[in-house]
Amino acid sequence: VTAVISWIRRWYGAHPLHLLALLAAFALAGYAVRAVVDAGQWRGFAIWFVAAVIGHDLLLFPLYSLADLSLRRLLPRPPAGTGAGPGAGPHDGPGGRAGGAAPAGRPELVTPPVINYVRIPAALSLLLLAVWFPLILRLSSAAYFRASGLSAAPYLWRWLAVTGVLFAASAVCYALSLRRASARARKARAAEARTRSGRPHTEA
Amino acid sequence: MQGQPDRCGSRIGAAAWPRRGSYDIVTCWPGEGLAAVSRGFLAIVAEQKRHGPRGARLRARLRGRVAAQLAKQAGAQLDPRAGTQLARRAGTQLARRAAALTNRAVALADRPAGLLRQAASTPPPGPFRPKAWRSPLRGRWLTSLLGLVLLVGLPVLAVTGLLSYAAYDPRLPGNDQTPGAPLLKFYLFPWLTHPDWVYRLNQGVHITLGLALLPVVLAKLWSVLPRLFAWPPVQSVAHALERLSLVMIVGGVLFEFATGILDIQNYYIFPFSFYTAHLYGAWVFIGGLVTHVMLKFPQMRAGLRSRSLRRELRTPLAGTRPEAPDPSGLRAADPAPPTISRRGLLAAVGGGSVTLAALVAGQSIGGWARRTALLAPRGLSAAQSGELPVNRTAAAAAVTAADTGTSYRLVLAGARTVRLTREQLLALPQHTAVLPIACVEGWSFSASWTGVRLSDLARLAGIDHPRLALVESLEKNGPFRQVTLSASQLSDPQSLLALRLNGADLSRDHGYPARAIIPAAPGVHNTKWVGTITFTEPG
Repeated sequence: VTAVISWIRRWYGAHPLHLLALLAAFALAGYAVRAVVDAGQWRGFAIWFVAAVIGHDLLLFPLYSLADLSLRRLLPRPPAGTGAGPGAGPHDGPGGRAGGAAPAGRPELVTPPVINYVRIPAALSLLLLAVWFPLILRLSSAAYFRASGLSAAPYLWRWLAVTGVLFAASAVCYALSLRRASARARKARAAEARTRSGRPHTEA
Repeated sequence: MQGQPDRCGSRIGAAAWPRRGSYDIVTCWPGEGLAAVSRGFLAIVAEQKRHGPRGARLRARLRGRVAAQLAKQAGAQLDPRAGTQLARRAGTQLARRAAALTNRAVALADRPAGLLRQAASTPPPGPFRPKAWRSPLRGRWLTSLLGLVLLVGLPVLAVTGLLSYAAYDPRLPGNDQTPGAPLLKFYLFPWLTHPDWVYRLNQGVHITLGLALLPVVLAKLWSVLPRLFAWPPVQSVAHALERLSLVMIVGGVLFEFATGILDIQNYYIFPFSFYTAHLYGAWVFIGGLVTHVMLKFPQMRAGLRSRSLRRELRTPLAGTRPEAPDPSGLRAADPAPPTISRRGLLAAVGGGSVTLAALVAGQSIGGWARRTALLAPRGLSAAQSGELPVNRTAAAAAVTAADTGTSYRLVLAGARTVRLTREQLLALPQHTAVLPIACVEGWSFSASWTGVRLSDLARLAGIDHPRLALVESLEKNGPFRQVTLSASQLSDPQSLLALRLNGADLSRDHGYPARAIIPAAPGVHNTKWVGTITFTEPG
């Protein structure tokens, strides 16, 4: 038995159970697809199945990656503070630990990067559009009206309103993070001032 | 020197079409064989004369064949001691020529195999190069975490979906929208009438959870996308089959989400029946999912153990480092500096889930919450219309005022046939039930329905305990113009032929003059504009 298993391993490239599991899955899929064939709908089914994979992997993914890269190029990178010195590691994000190795020894106000406060609401808004585009763009408005007696007209405005709220909420979050950053910088400056004036607190 | 002729001769002699390597015949001592050489030389000249004007390729081929033959002969007759200078020169020249030709032939024969070998070891440019993938957040921990969320969520989605199919009582005549594949209907049971909210809950969870999982699915696919371009594309039979099975899970999940999302918006652009495709697509997906989990579970567990979620949730961008390299190949070979922390990415994905769910859940909850469902098909819009939502208007069903006017008669068929006007129906004992009505598309509402019990109507038709009833609508077309109800649905005291909704006569869109309302049944089984009910005797 061990010899057979090792022979299968060599020929197949994995444990025989791996093969059995996959064959079972293919059998199930084949059986399910046969019902679609019997219903006379296999062609559209197959096309949509493959188009779903291609549409995501080779269309949607490159598009949103490109959008993200373009956004990163377009947005102003925050000044790297004084962290451009030798101490800044390769993995310090833009504005991340920028003040870490200030050679002058004076911590400065580090502006948090704005990128995530733009791309997250943008991504959420696009996600909503990707899901609800038939209603938002009124592509299905006739069938929707026949089914529900309702108009698809408000959906575009509601989507825009939600988008506006998402960006507004993001702006508030960004303002709060700016405040936190400036408070941190103030505190650091105060601490530094204390250490320069003879470390009054550390002698206790 | 001793072994050389032997080696040279046997090599050339044995290999009329040598496989590879360089045959340095020049190092051989050609020796004697002047006769053979000159014979060969003359043969070449003769061949060239005969085929001279024809293409160079043919000549080269002939020359190669003849030269190989000659070299073979020369090799067989080699004798280092007996050779004259002339013979040696001629032989050397000829042998050199033969060697060059042979080497060229060998190189040509080796080219495809060599190209393949080279291609296998060096990936083509673009996404096939590992260094093209630079996100520092990709790695087995992130993929495993997203996988864990899906491992919990997707089975719930699958089970609620299959329950939704069971709710149609597809074993009753005419109810199965997707006939075929009897083995895949092993789990069916007579659908319940209690609790009456079970279908409402099932569909609300199916649609809302499905939408909430979409960002997680997209993030999971993003996290493993470099593997799509792994090089070499196929490493073994096992690898090839496993990649093929990924079409089932990736194609399946995207197919199910796409068809489901389009269907709830009545965007019927697909060239197949939604019921058929969504059900059997789900089975393809389930097969892929079960296999994928079986094969990847150990990796997921190891991945989850490789980092602490709690620590990640406390790590800001400044402290975000790439995951440790591991054999999974998910972590970037050359990670770029991060632009978002891991917790930031998780927050974005979770935020997407919450946003999608929050803007749709209200259509399933009903009441004041319906107004929060801004983007749901029967959310705020339905609430603002002042009407309870419907999934098929009278206009769409082509049910006219003439059909439902004074000429309307409800036909009850059983042991005897009875025809009743709406007034006669209103004169029968009236019962009121507060029941939800829920659509397969996820929306639902609860209302007070008043009308005649179906069991009372069965008795009027002369059948006390009907086994089945076929309920037919006045509607001429449409996949749900008729439905078969089960014995338990017919005997339930809350199963009504409703005449009034929330204290007022039914509106035409809600099924005036009379409609069925069955506890816990799918919305489309609550037939509107009921024209005929045929009761079947027990046994």
